[in-house]
Amino acid sequence: MTERRFTEDHEWVRLDGDLAVIGITDYAQSQLGDVVYVELPEIGHRVEQGKEAAVVESVKAASEVYAPISGEVAEVNEALAADPAKVNADPNGEGWFFKLRLDDPREFDQLMDEAAYQRFVAEQH
Amino acid sequence: MNDWSRAASAGSTAGAAASAATFSGNRGLQIEEKLIFEQDSPGHCGVDLPEPAPFDGRLGGLERQGPIGLPGLSEPQVVRHFTRLSQKNCAIDSGLYPLGSCTMKHNPRLNEKLARLPGLADIHPLQPVSTVPGALELIDTLAHWLKTLTGMPAIALSPGAGAHGELCGMMTIRAALEARRDPRRRVLVPESAHGTNPATAAACGYSVDPIPANARGRVDRAALEARLGPDVAALMLTNPNTCGLFEDEIVEIAAAVHRAGAFFYCDGANFNAIVGRVRPSDLGIDCMHLNLHKTFSTPHGGGGPGSGPVALAASLAPYAPLPWLVHGENGLDLVEHRRGEALAAIGRLKGFHGQMGMFVRALAYMMSHGADGLRQVAEDAVLNANYLRVLLEGDLSLSFPGPCMHEVLFDDRFLKDTQITTLDFAKALIDEGYHPMTMYFPLVVHGALLIEPTETESKAALDEFAAVVKALAGAARAGAAARFRAAPLLTPRRRLDETLAARQPLLRWRPVAPRREAAE
Amino acid sequence: MRYLPLTSRDRGEMLATIGVGSIDALFAEVPAAARLDGLVDLPRAMGEIEVERTIAAMAARNLAAGSAPFFVGGGAYRHHVPAAVDHLIQRGEFLTSYTPYQPEVSQGTLQYLYEFQTQIALLTGMDAANASLYDGATACAEAVMMANRVTGRKRAVLSGGLHPHYREVCETYARFVGFALAAQDPAPGEAEDLAPLIDSGTSCVVVQNPDFWGELRDWSSLAQACHDHGALLIVVVTEIVSLGAIRPPGAMGADIVAAEGQSIGNSLNFGGPYLGLFASRDKFVRQMPGRLVGQTVDADGKRGWVLTLSTREQHIRRERATSNVCTNSGLCALAFTIHLALLGEAGLTRLARLNHAAAVALADRLEKLPGVRIANRTFFNEFALRLPCPAAPAVEALAARGVLGGIPVSRLYPDRPELADLLLVAATETVTEADMDRLALGLAEVLS
Repeated sequence: MTERRFTEDHEWVRLDGDLAVIGITDYAQSQLGDVVYVELPEIGHRVEQGKEAAVVESVKAASEVYAPISGEVAEVNEALAADPAKVNADPNGEGWFFKLRLDDPREFDQLMDEAAYQRFVAEQH
Repeated sequence: MNDWSRAASAGSTAGAAASAATFSGNRGLQIEEKLIFEQDSPGHCGVDLPEPAPFDGRLGGLERQGPIGLPGLSEPQVVRHFTRLSQKNCAIDSGLYPLGSCTMKHNPRLNEKLARLPGLADIHPLQPVSTVPGALELIDTLAHWLKTLTGMPAIALSPGAGAHGELCGMMTIRAALEARRDPRRRVLVPESAHGTNPATAAACGYSVDPIPANARGRVDRAALEARLGPDVAALMLTNPNTCGLFEDEIVEIAAAVHRAGAFFYCDGANFNAIVGRVRPSDLGIDCMHLNLHKTFSTPHGGGGPGSGPVALAASLAPYAPLPWLVHGENGLDLVEHRRGEALAAIGRLKGFHGQMGMFVRALAYMMSHGADGLRQVAEDAVLNANYLRVLLEGDLSLSFPGPCMHEVLFDDRFLKDTQITTLDFAKALIDEGYHPMTMYFPLVVHGALLIEPTETESKAALDEFAAVVKALAGAARAGAAARFRAAPLLTPRRRLDETLAARQPLLRWRPVAPRREAAE
Repeated sequence: MRYLPLTSRDRGEMLATIGVGSIDALFAEVPAAARLDGLVDLPRAMGEIEVERTIAAMAARNLAAGSAPFFVGGGAYRHHVPAAVDHLIQRGEFLTSYTPYQPEVSQGTLQYLYEFQTQIALLTGMDAANASLYDGATACAEAVMMANRVTGRKRAVLSGGLHPHYREVCETYARFVGFALAAQDPAPGEAEDLAPLIDSGTSCVVVQNPDFWGELRDWSSLAQACHDHGALLIVVVTEIVSLGAIRPPGAMGADIVAAEGQSIGNSLNFGGPYLGLFASRDKFVRQMPGRLVGQTVDADGKRGWVLTLSTREQHIRRERATSNVCTNSGLCALAFTIHLALLGEAGLTRLARLNHAAAVALADRLEKLPGVRIANRTFFNEFALRLPCPAAPAVEALAARGVLGGIPVSRLYPDRPELADLLLVAATETVTEADMDRLALGLAEVLS
């Protein structure tokens, strides 16, 4: 497993073998409040970097989750259907959203690292 | 942790009054009431109907196979049930409802009486037109009043509510553009707009360009004009806007929109501020919906029914939805199909003719006020809102300095460092006996509190309200966070777990023991 | 003016507090060219006596259904509404309350809407229902759009038996929202085979039961055909009382039900306000338009209700909402809930039997008239009568005799001469033997 990279839309991605695991950050889940539902992409669906891949809903808001990198959806986190609260409780682990077979590793390399992301979040305030 | 959990954990700070236990669970006039399904007397009925003599049915074997599962109750039980339910509600009749953008004015009872006249309530939309000349006359009279007040030459009366009226307006705009063979793809919508605006534009196949507000709370004219182009179909603007401010550059904006070949749609939800003092046609508006359940006093009814007629400029009138009310040789007539002068109509948006019950109420309201009274309505609405602005601006954070129109916008800066949110503040207001103001709308300020008193509040009512809000603001700054976070304490229910409701949706009652269902 | 509490003195004091000299100062932002200095050209304020006189005069020019033998249906039906209903809905806490966005002080509204949603689910045999839409026709259009979302397809097949207003509303939405319709021709009295029209591009098939002519059908095999192709079956019901007697759409495999609830609790009102009903299977609930009330608990652990799944709606999703619907038909839903609570299982089934009995008795009588045939094999409380002449002039002639004898189909289908001799006739529990005599007699005279 590699370290995580981040987007300005508060998604994280890490590589796990030939798959990329994607979720939303702790900052994102705290902004959203209690997650009540997650709409995940279909397996086999192609997503493009920067385009909408999933939707995460709280009671008062629904936010698009954009694909940090391009690829084909290989797995989705079925456990979120029964227990969307995992996104709040463990956003970096059990609260993962979906896994992609990524097109281009360079897209991953070009994303913010953890330090850069923390600086970015600090600037939001 | 969400707001509900905080309210739950703050339960231990509840006052003595709230925790006085009773054997029944009731608290004085506040009665705990089960669902009707939990009060079933099987076979019982609250309506006495004769049993028909035996006959040969013609249902072709499609009779229902099993029970429906409805409970049986007598009339006294039903009356008691719904009476008790009503006692758990806030209402305009009971108190000030300062909901910005909703215009919660008094609902005159004369309107209710007249809407129930058999000659208006007991007529069918498809009985021969020759048997309902008075109905057509009433609709025509309403149309005349609304056209005169808006200055527009045409009005579509069928939309069922404001959002439906927005859809109607945007459809006529798209039809007009198609007729000009000039299809355009974009609609400009201020960021402060009500959610129905972008939802409507998207529903009509347009992409939505949000336009930011300027520092004065009006739509940023430069940003707007920069977004205008040959592919913009329309601007959807609310005036006065959702911050309660008159868009003072509206005439220039209208001109720019027209120069770009686009249409100017006005969301008329806030017409109460300007009725009788400003004519929308004079502002360059092409298309404007009205909310009869806001400006024209038809009752909100706990969520409808409403009515959303759309005033139309001459350029859009040919596309108005069916049916049309026309002045024919033999008097008023209904045109229900696309032919003759209605050939270009966009078609039907709703079954039958429109919300006649609301037409009667709105007309009674308008006639009661008259031209002079309606102008006074706008003036008193604006006066009341500004009076509250001045009383409260020292305690709450006024979002935009200077006079407002019929509603005043505050934000949550005054709650900084108190650990109290706009939501908590609103919930504490509930314990004081008031329905809260509109919260978190418009989105252009943080933690919005939008207050619209309307013209039917007395000065004394406003003074009382302002005193309570000031006291709460003081308590908030003095560090009484626990009180706010636990609120409300004195209501039939305390804060409800909306997260649970959304995670495990329970949208209907189900019997505890399985019942025989209809055969599949 | 009786609705305006401010006095001149109040206004003066308030202007002083605000710090302006006159109310005009608060309208200073209005461009000079747009200011109305005088009053608009409309009558001045009127007292109750005069308003009542004026509007009552308009009402008096109309022939009310209660004043004549009345057989008009076509999607809106005259039923008796018990006196208690109107009294209860006029309680100020129901009539003048707002949408229940603050649930702690709206439990009355939320609880009755939960009861309403349950009643609709039970009646239709479906899993879940929403808190109402504007009317049956817009509910039908919303159902088609929901089917499009669920299936990802954009073509709907509409039965020729669908109420023409419902079809027309679907056509308007199809044109502007951007989807296709294959609307079948009306063919009263003929069987319709819709299964061959379904393919992999079909999102849904829309049928009505009883249909526009009053005919009843079992749509189970069509439901199967839809599902075999991944399409949804939408069943429309325009006379909700029929579900007191006939098999509900849920028992026939319907995926979505779009219906008109006016028949229970609500007067004819010349076409509105009416009550759109909307129900679906559980698995589609997140794609439903309109408001939904859900059960939960409060901070003390007590059962209560809230608006839920709001993230589908316009105030949150804005341009990505499932629908732009905001205000719906709350008070009409309340009237429905109360009326149905009074009827209950026993009352609704008996009411439905009475309606069917009245229609059967009327059909027996009218079939005996020379040259008159009933086009239906089956019906509930409405059927199509084939006359030996155009129906429209016959209806006018009956009206002149003080009988509201039904709807000439040509009013809704003016361009189909083959339907011009059809008369839609409805009979509810409000129709008496004497009424039926007058219709039969009147028709006999008019036809001779």
